[in-house]
This record gives sequence, C-alpha cells and structure tokens, in this order.
Amino acid sequence: MEVSRHWRLKHQRYALQGEICPHCEKKIFPPRDLCPHCGEDARTTYNFGGRGKVYSYTKVVQAPAGFEEQAPYTVALVRLDEGPMITAQLTDIQDEDVEIGMPVEMVTRRLASDGDRGVLLYGYKFRPLMPAVS
Amino acid sequence: MKMPMKPLPNDIMILGVGMTPVGEHWDRSLRDLALEAIQNARRAAPGIQPQVLYTANMLAPCLSQQTQLATLIADFAALQGIEAMTVEAAGASGGLAFRQAVLALASGQMDTALVVGVEKFSERVTSDVEAALATAGDGDYEAIHGLTNTAQAALLMQRYLHDNHAPADALAGFPLIAHENGAHNPLAMFQRAIPEGRYQKAAMLCTPLNMFDAAPQADGAAAILLARSDAVADEMNLPRVRVRASAASTDALAVHDRPDPLSFTAAATATSQALQQAGLKLDDVDFFELHDRFSIFAALSLEAAGFAPHGEGWKLAQNGAVKADGSIPICTMGGSKARGDAGGAAGLYQLVETVLQLQGLAGEAQLPHAQIGMAQCLGGAASTAVTHILERVK
Repeated sequence: MEVSRHWRLKHQRYALQGEICPHCEKKIFPPRDLCPHCGEDARTTYNFGGRGKVYSYTKVVQAPAGFEEQAPYTVALVRLDEGPMITAQLTDIQDEDVEIGMPVEMVTRRLASDGDRGVLLYGYKFRPLMPAVS
Repeated sequence: MKMPMKPLPNDIMILGVGMTPVGEHWDRSLRDLALEAIQNARRAAPGIQPQVLYTANMLAPCLSQQTQLATLIADFAALQGIEAMTVEAAGASGGLAFRQAVLALASGQMDTALVVGVEKFSERVTSDVEAALATAGDGDYEAIHGLTNTAQAALLMQRYLHDNHAPADALAGFPLIAHENGAHNPLAMFQRAIPEGRYQKAAMLCTPLNMFDAAPQADGAAAILLARSDAVADEMNLPRVRVRASAASTDALAVHDRPDPLSFTAAATATSQALQQAGLKLDDVDFFELHDRFSIFAALSLEAAGFAPHGEGWKLAQNGAVKADGSIPICTMGGSKARGDAGGAAGLYQLVETVLQLQGLAGEAQLPHAQIGMAQCLGGAASTAVTHILERVK
C-alpha cells in the first residue's frame, strides 16, 4: 500500500491539474516545475479542460498485477486540446468504436486496487465525447 | 553548449566473452547463471585478474528480493575484495554496465574490468513480471493506468502504421529475419524459421502487436572481460577486438512526454555521438545489433540511426536490406526475438555476439565481412539508449 504516493497526486488524478509556463505560456501536464519547452521555472497552476483526441490506443489482455480484474482494457495516448499528451484508459466504449483522432473527454473512474487491503485508486479515464445537450 | 565526444584510447580490448543460453532456467539462480557466463569469459585469459565488476540487472530487487547483486556475484565468483556495482537502466542495463567498464579503463584508473549481465524472470507468475517490467515506465503517470511494456510498444506501432499508411504486416520482416538468423545460433531460444503466412495469423498480445512482434523474456547471463592492452601481456591467439566508441543518451521517461513519440531521440543521439567519437560514417558499419525487444523498436532504431528516413524503417525488413546478406544485417544471431531477451543482460548478449562476429567465431551465423560492428540497447521505449562500436584490429 502506498497511501501517501497516491494522496499526493490527487489534484492530477481528479482534476487534471497541471501548470502553465509564465515565460512561454505552454501548458504542462503532468506538472514538472521546469518548463520542458523553454527550461524556465513553471509553477503556475493550470487546470486542464479534460478534452482531447486519441493519438493512439491498444487493448491490454495480459494485465499486470493490480489490473487483472479490469482486463481486457483499452489504454490510449490522448492529446489534450491544450497541447500535452497523457496516458490513460478509455472507458464506456466498444472496441470497434475506437479510432485515432476520436474526440474524448475525461471522467473519474477506478484505476486499480492497491494491495491486499483492497484500497481502491480513482483517477482519470477518457470516454467518447458526449454530444452537447442543447 | 554541446561538447564534442573525445576519442577513446585505442587500446581498450576485449579479452573474453561468455554467455548462457536464454531460457526458463527453473533449476538455476542469478548467481549460477552469472558465474557460468563469467567463467566462459575468463577462460580465454585465465591469467587476468579483473579489478572491477560491473553487473547489469533490471529486476532482481523486484523479482528476487535481491539488492547488492554485484557484491553477491563477486563473492560467488571468488572475486572477493573486488570493487563491484550494479547498473540498472531497464533493457539498457547491459550496454550501460559495459560503458562503465569502458569509462573506467579510459580514465586510466583501471587496467582490467569484468562486466556481467544477468536476469531471472522465471521466479514469478506473468502478472508479477508484467508489473515489475512496467516499473521501467513512469510509475505515477503510465504504469498506474495499466500500461505494460507491450502496451506501450503497441501504442507506438498503432500510430506508426497509421501515419505511414503501412500494411498490417509491415513489421513482419523483423521477426522473420530474427528467427532465420537464430536458426544458426545453437544458444538461441528459437532455432527455427517462422513459416510463411504464420505472422499474419498470429494471436494478438496488444492490438495491433501480435505474439511475433514481442521478444520472449527469459533467464540468462552474458559476460565480457576487458583490459587496456598495454596493461596485459598480448598472449591471446584470438583475433583482437577493440572498443572504438561508447555513447549513451536519455529521452523523456514517459512516451507521452515526447514531442514526437515516433522518434527515438535518445537512440539517434547515442548513435551520432558514437559515430563522431569513432570518426566513422554510418556506411562504415558492417552490421547493427539493434534492440528488437519489439519489432516496432527495430524499425524506429533503424530510423534513429539514419539507416532509413523517418517512417520508412519497416521497408528495410520488407526489402531484405537487414537480412544477413543485406546491406546492413541486424540481429545476426537471432536478436532478442529468437535468441531470447534476458532483460538487463540483453545489451551484453548483443555485445558478446558482436565480438563473436568480429572474431570470426559466430559459426553458422558468421557474416562474411565483419570489421566494424555497432550494438545498441534500449531502456524502455528508448528512454535510455546506449550505443557501442567495436572493431576487429587488423
């Protein structure tokens, strides 16, 4: 069990909280304090909107320990609308629906179970973008 | 400011090499396997006492509950008192451990050095091994989403096929060629060619990556004894092989943090630095032991090195350029795909095989013209890349 490790990441896991570089204005996720684009200090908090497009995806059948009960599951690289790319699972999908370029949005779901005590970890996954309600 | 690489001293020589077959060695431990490789490597130069032992390993702390592995192996190999350390950079551990020996010799602090890579996967069930392997990625932002090594490679492969309008079996040539070459290596895990059409029907591991696109990971050990030749009597009857260049580079650990995930930037940097250090051009390289842990890695490594333009590495397998009789042979003794991938030891297997080719001792797998060989191993999806160039001394 790694309680503090997961607690520490709550703003990222639940709210996609990253940073914006005050120097070059690039958006950064995950937060890394030094801007990977210009190398300057970047500690200004920025909350991402949670929408993006699928850059690539695959289906995992042989799951690692902690993920067996979810298998098979689809994991993707998602390019967020604000620029950065992140790794996350896709959810609420049928296999045949997924394609490169598909618009997706963030939802909060169970990521894994942590250890014998069965602590549940929650965080971001992405589902197909729901049509706007008019 | 980028500093040019300084040339290596021209007398960093390979004295001996050794390896075990890669396989499921249920009856053997980390120390047994390492000892066998070390004894084989030392046999060619029995009078040489190494001054330092570098041990390459990736997963002993996770899978065997063993740290201080280098000390354990030094002790078990009757090298008591020797300086020893473990080098870990996932799949690049072997190359990076060898590089530590090269640096120690180049510095003049050491006259002789021993490198051994050892890995033991078969202690645990598959889900534990997958979880341990996933620690090579970003724990907080990749592994926690269930991303395995295989899934990471599959994400790259999916996008690669899409961007380059390549057919579903575009990468089939890589495992086919590896198995063809492995058929000539008596130590290879798979010594049989893949029958025509089998790739296209293979079971998927992570779509679109099938079982032939992934190297089997199993137990094994490989070792190399090095020395400054001015420090040891020149009593070897074998053709002499020297280290011409050694370079290493890193990229963002997480694939999602790279500007272009389909560019193996660390591999490109390590290769260009090695070539610059050696004063060689890519054309001078007779063969390339690249890291084919996944077939997509082979394509991206060829592109990073400059053997193919961006997006066209797969064509070198399709047109046969990377076959044993092609313009730039790869994985000449089967690579990770057919020889078997021994994790942190993989980079040392590559270097041992490079030495055997240069010495003319590769048996049935021997290339006709092997003067200069390049070996490159990768940690994760090229988060770490280590490139060495070895040369047969005339």
